[in-house]
Amino acid sequence: MSENRTARVLDEARGLRAMVWVMAIMLFLTVLAAALGLGTASAGRLLDRQLAGRLTVQLVGGDARASDAAATMVLARLRRMPEVTRAVPVPRADLVQLLRPWLGEAADDGELPVPAMIDVDLRDSTDASVARVAERVRAASPLARVDRHQSWMSPVSGLMRTLTWLAAALVALLALATAIVVVLTARAGLEAHRATIEVMHMLGSTDIQVARLFQRRIVRDAALGGLVGTAAAMGMAALVGGQLSRLGSELLGGILLAPLDWALLAALPFLFMGVATLAARWTVTRALRRTL
Amino acid sequence: MATIVQFENVGLRYGSGAETLSDVSFSLQSGAFYFLTGASGAGKTSLLRLMYLAQRPSRGIIRLFGEDAVVLPRDRLPGFRRRIGVVFQDFRLVPHLSAWDNIALPLHVAGMPLPEINEAVREMLAWVGLADRAEARPATLSGGEQQRVAIARAVIARPELLVADEPTGNVDPEMADRLIHLFGSLGKLGTTVVVATHDLHLLTRLPQAQMMRLDRGRLHDPTGVLRFPTAAA
Repeated sequence: MSENRTARVLDEARGLRAMVWVMAIMLFLTVLAAALGLGTASAGRLLDRQLAGRLTVQLVGGDARASDAAATMVLARLRRMPEVTRAVPVPRADLVQLLRPWLGEAADDGELPVPAMIDVDLRDSTDASVARVAERVRAASPLARVDRHQSWMSPVSGLMRTLTWLAAALVALLALATAIVVVLTARAGLEAHRATIEVMHMLGSTDIQVARLFQRRIVRDAALGGLVGTAAAMGMAALVGGQLSRLGSELLGGILLAPLDWALLAALPFLFMGVATLAARWTVTRALRRTL
Repeated sequence: MATIVQFENVGLRYGSGAETLSDVSFSLQSGAFYFLTGASGAGKTSLLRLMYLAQRPSRGIIRLFGEDAVVLPRDRLPGFRRRIGVVFQDFRLVPHLSAWDNIALPLHVAGMPLPEINEAVREMLAWVGLADRAEARPATLSGGEQQRVAIARAVIARPELLVADEPTGNVDPEMADRLIHLFGSLGKLGTTVVVATHDLHLLTRLPQAQMMRLDRGRLHDPTGVLRFPTAAA
């Protein structure tokens, strides 16, 4: 059947335009959920990369002179280890700076027993490598305590993963809800156009020809609503991203979307149009099979 | 002449009620014209529905175009229906399409190219005298005009079998005569025409037409001419 003429076989003025708005809302929510998922996945990866091979060696106890001497000795030992790519002492001034919000002026007290600290980057981040380095550090000084960044940041990393999975589940649920909306819309359309469909059948239309009429209409509505919803959600994601980048936080900065993420978000309405097409075709052909 | 429709002991029952049609047997020949008559409720529309494959019989055999239509798989029905033109008693025009688009529908369904469709529709509109009403929607057409659109839609694809249920019910006698003669002329193209009517006046207009009379679901065929057309002729 030719496109323009048969597309009009189903009445346009039947008030089923609600589908456009439903799809706009569905896509708005889906794209936001997907943006959240992509953002948290990206932040999680960044966090893992940054923390995977990093350690902090603390030299605790004794007086400041003893811990400084131990730090110098441990630092020298660390720099000789093949597993270590970088070992840098944290300046006491930086540590005092970190303590100032809690201790105020007292943080400047030279007698304050602030532990000496060394930041260490490892060549490889395996548990075995970390264990080897920690063992040698402890052997070098009984005052040394080794903290693996990954272990104290693992709750954050876990939260990121949970948020990513939650977002993926939301996208899947919204796709399912969209399919259900399309099924219900197609059923309502079949009921509203029963007489026309019967005539089309008597004129020799196949089920596929009738299904195509619904498909075209539903996909057009889905496309229109989907593009509106996606554009609004992408605008919202860009706005939030701009605010996050202005915060200057290394962790929250990782949530920012990469160009590939934006491309994936832009592809979502097409995915949903595919879902709508299949759902409409399945509903209509299944219903028509029950007629003669 | 080839047999195009054959009914053998066909019965039709809706639900668990009494049979609407009982032991109906007849053969229709290619290019012939038949009037189907009978009182209201005699089963004319039910018989036509069986012919245009809107209904399967409860029993008996129906052969259409040489094939058993009772056991015809569902996916082959569209191909058969494209060979049958139907004029419904209530027209069943698509209300939001123009007369032009309604008439063109069977050709769109058949996948005919647009230029050929336009040519055929133009010709058909002139044939039924509605060339100046091409863009009118059914609601703005009179009953007679709607009926002519329905007729044009039924014949535009040049069907092998044309089934019309009271096709002259809403037109004036002059137009009724014209339409019946137009139907009659289809026989020359090889179309078998079955017109259900209770207008006895029409029966005199086409002397070559054969009459089928239904009475309470049974077909009267005392001479056997409907059942064994070749032998009786």
